[in-house]
Amino acid sequence: MEIKVLGPGCATCHKMEELAQQAVKELNIDAKIEKVGDIREIMKYTMSTPGLVVNGKLKHSGKPLPGIDKLKELIESEA
Amino acid sequence: MLKQFADYVTYTLLKLEPAGHIGDALNFFIYDTLKIFLLLTTIVFAVAVIRAHFPPEKTRKILSHKKVFIGNVMASLLGIVTPFCSCSAVPLFIGFVESGVPLGVTFSFLISSPMVNEVALVMLWGLFGWKIALIYAVTGVVLAISSGIVIGRLRMERYVQDYVWEMKVADTDIVKTAFREKIAYARGYTSELLRKLWPYVVAGIGVGAFVHGYVPTDFVVRYAGRDNPFAVFAAVLIGIPLYSNAAGTIPIVQALVGKGMAMGTVLAFMMSVTAISLPEAVILKNVLKTPLLVTFFGIVGIGIVIVGYLFNAIL
Repeated sequence: MEIKVLGPGCATCHKMEELAQQAVKELNIDAKIEKVGDIREIMKYTMSTPGLVVNGKLKHSGKPLPGIDKLKELIESEA
Repeated sequence: MLKQFADYVTYTLLKLEPAGHIGDALNFFIYDTLKIFLLLTTIVFAVAVIRAHFPPEKTRKILSHKKVFIGNVMASLLGIVTPFCSCSAVPLFIGFVESGVPLGVTFSFLISSPMVNEVALVMLWGLFGWKIALIYAVTGVVLAISSGIVIGRLRMERYVQDYVWEMKVADTDIVKTAFREKIAYARGYTSELLRKLWPYVVAGIGVGAFVHGYVPTDFVVRYAGRDNPFAVFAAVLIGIPLYSNAAGTIPIVQALVGKGMAMGTVLAFMMSVTAISLPEAVILKNVLKTPLLVTFFGIVGIGIVIVGYLFNAIL
């Protein structure tokens, strides 16, 4: 499973990355988390950061960040 | 009602002197903290529900190819209700511009969005009354509209970084969310905002309380009262390197106003802190070449200074 966290580097985007790592750990799945900071890449998916892409699909964009449970749901839905 | 509670705690329970410094400061602190948190919670929530109806994708669609003036007006109004994190400034800018939203219209949005936010309005309302809050909102919108129109007129499209024009933006579907989900979003937004803000609010009120109780009136009046012609300029300049959530600044500002700082100067300071901040400039440098960035700051800055002097004169 490939997870991308989209964000140019603000605090919120870091938080999203942390949450994603936590979610993956709690779900106990084999997933690669990649942080994408390049604007061009990010914009292929969305305008509002932070964004979460799972296996190529945009699952979340913007603020506020999803809670850890919602995040796990979003990731699992693409499993 | 809140005032009675604050009075009760300060003067009856703790038996402090009504005219003494500590009594004054504490009373202010209790009353304002309660009042502000109450207002914040209710209004941030209400606005968040509205915001849930306006994701950036929808705003972008509404604004694309709109004509000057009507586009600027709509952009400025939408800026208030469209949720926007300053780190999104770059993708948002690119997204808007690339979808055919005119440059000036995009700027109207970029100006009103951070400046006219519900937290600032709530705080102003809570501390200075609804008239001041309304003035701030209205002038903020007018400023966003006019600055956007002016920048549009200057035809500075060539000062946008070139790669922006070449980008292809994903045409993300506007996801339809159920009302229940919007409420959940609003709750999450409100609680996260409060969680992030409360130390600033309390600290700000704390400082305000201190000033309220201890700083002599003369001090502020001498340096920032109505008679100082440079106060507005200074306030705007000081505001530039600062970026703060509006919540933090207002309590301090309120106490200063209580001690004699002119209201126009105060409004100018607030606008400067939120609308033209150095951190945002650094972020925008990614999509704007320096001449345009400087023009943006310059025009908005001048507008804010005018607002400051105007209100010092009439309020």
